[in-house]
Amino acid sequence: MEKPFRFYTRLNLVELLGRQAKNVAELLEGVRQVSGSSIYYHTHRFLQQHHYLSPEPPNDFAFWVTNSVGLDTLGERLASVDTVKFRSIRGLREKFLEILESYSREQNSRNTDCQEGEEFHFMSCRTFILPTPYEAWNLKEFCEILRKVSINSIYFHIFEARLRLERGENDFSNWLEDIGQKKLARDISRLDPYTMTLEGLRKKLIQRASHNVKD
Amino acid sequence: MSRIKDYASVAGESTVEELFLLAERLKGKTVQNINSTAVGGGVAEILVRMLPLLRDLGVDVWWDVIKGDERFFNITKKFHNALHGVDVSIGRDELEYFVDVNRENIKDVLRDADIHFIHDPQPIALIEEKARVGRKWIWRCHIDFTDPKKEVWEFLKTYIEQYEGAVFSAPAFSRPLTIRQVLISPSIDPLSDKNKELADDMINSVCERFKINRERPIVTQISRFDYLKDPIGVIKAYKLVKERVDCQLVLAGGGATDDPEGMKVLDDVRREAEDDPDIFILFLPPGSDVEINALQRASNIVLQKSLREGFGLTVAEALWKEKPVIASAVGGIPLQITHKYSGILTHSIEGTAYWIKQLLNEPDYARRLGANGKQHIQGNFLITRHIRDYLLLFLSLYEQKDIIYL
Repeated sequence: MEKPFRFYTRLNLVELLGRQAKNVAELLEGVRQVSGSSIYYHTHRFLQQHHYLSPEPPNDFAFWVTNSVGLDTLGERLASVDTVKFRSIRGLREKFLEILESYSREQNSRNTDCQEGEEFHFMSCRTFILPTPYEAWNLKEFCEILRKVSINSIYFHIFEARLRLERGENDFSNWLEDIGQKKLARDISRLDPYTMTLEGLRKKLIQRASHNVKD
Repeated sequence: MSRIKDYASVAGESTVEELFLLAERLKGKTVQNINSTAVGGGVAEILVRMLPLLRDLGVDVWWDVIKGDERFFNITKKFHNALHGVDVSIGRDELEYFVDVNRENIKDVLRDADIHFIHDPQPIALIEEKARVGRKWIWRCHIDFTDPKKEVWEFLKTYIEQYEGAVFSAPAFSRPLTIRQVLISPSIDPLSDKNKELADDMINSVCERFKINRERPIVTQISRFDYLKDPIGVIKAYKLVKERVDCQLVLAGGGATDDPEGMKVLDDVRREAEDDPDIFILFLPPGSDVEINALQRASNIVLQKSLREGFGLTVAEALWKEKPVIASAVGGIPLQITHKYSGILTHSIEGTAYWIKQLLNEPDYARRLGANGKQHIQGNFLITRHIRDYLLLFLSLYEQKDIIYL
């Protein structure tokens, strides 16, 4: 007997850490010390809040370094971190530290401050995960639910499950694999969800899945 | 009165569905809101709108108001100014009186609730009662305090740190504290008179009443007549624009007629306008929400050129109406606008004039900014998001971890 796919959703409460940075050295120190949830928040905030922007602005670190400190090259290096490659927040944090440390060495600790009022504020999030009433027993039902379930649910199964909960793979691909849809599972796994809007991602998932539905 | 299900048409079915899922997890818990005024002011306005919706979701929520005399409110007004960075002197006797009034309120106001949700500094010292009654306590700060005066902050901090958590409206208001701090931005109500859809006839009739020509470009700033909203700077920017591009300028807002400074600002604004027939200075009476809505909808560009701002919800109002907005990067405005994606952030009169010209000459780009802005507000600044944050905040009091399975 096959197992159904239960759709969950996740909702975030944003926390302020009372810590700020006005230059790259302070940003580096913060990235080193804040919790994993804070690193996760700052690398996924744009994705969650700006569903419509394409291309997406990059992570908060890159955005701030470019727009508030005016360091375009460092900003580009931070922006080009390929989040989809990482399987854990730990690895992602190390990558940002490596870039910031290397920049600090090159600059011999010379630091440009941002304008007053444009400081980087470290934040974090507490994530609430709860089941929705939706359950799919087959691919047809799966497609129907994808059309109506909240964008938070799709976000949870694609992003949160893989990187933050360290499940290695997105939840959809894991289930599709279990019900014998190996090719579709691989197709979805190969998507780079970081380079499209969430609604764009929903459309792609529906397209791919409905292609495999047998009438 | 709107019902929570009415919001599905503007915020999405799934958004309202999620609110019901969360509210169910709060069954059996009671929440008491306490502030210092039942009418007028931003806090009362929010509570009046939110409480019926929370009850509609099945949350057991109450609202009570502390009592104080003139002396008490003069002291809390000083607190308010000091949190805004104004130099004020507050005597030890005044601090003692403030605490005494809070203590006197305890027996009349405190109910047997699971969660006490205390708004702003006026009732902050009620927390002293926590030692006796226990339960969960949260302090909600609605005030902008980017630059608070040290003495007042230190005094309030001794109380704030007795709460389970503190809630602020923008990241810049956060301070190093020993308790959890939560970011909850304010919101707009898409079904209120100020934001609901309006028929074109209604928009036309408001413009006709004020003799504004809808055939020509309209640039508008909605705000009370206050130097911090920089209405003079707005007129200066308009004059720079007018050298090259035709447009009309609307400055509309209310203000108390017994506020001497407001009247002085209005005089200065009129002087700066120099009887230009294309500048419309509209001093609107209270309850002009439909007129404000119509003026925003009739505009080609909306400005918010404030020098300082709390959150600046007029920006969210204009973006919700898909208007391209040019605003100063102050207070909560950068949370609402990502520069060149969902609006324009400027820092000067010249910069504001430059972007007004750009957007009037490039209406396609201006439309895209407005469309992006509307989506951003829909996802992040509607009352449904505000309710969701409050529900999460209440639930978070019973959990310790960062990832919580409900």
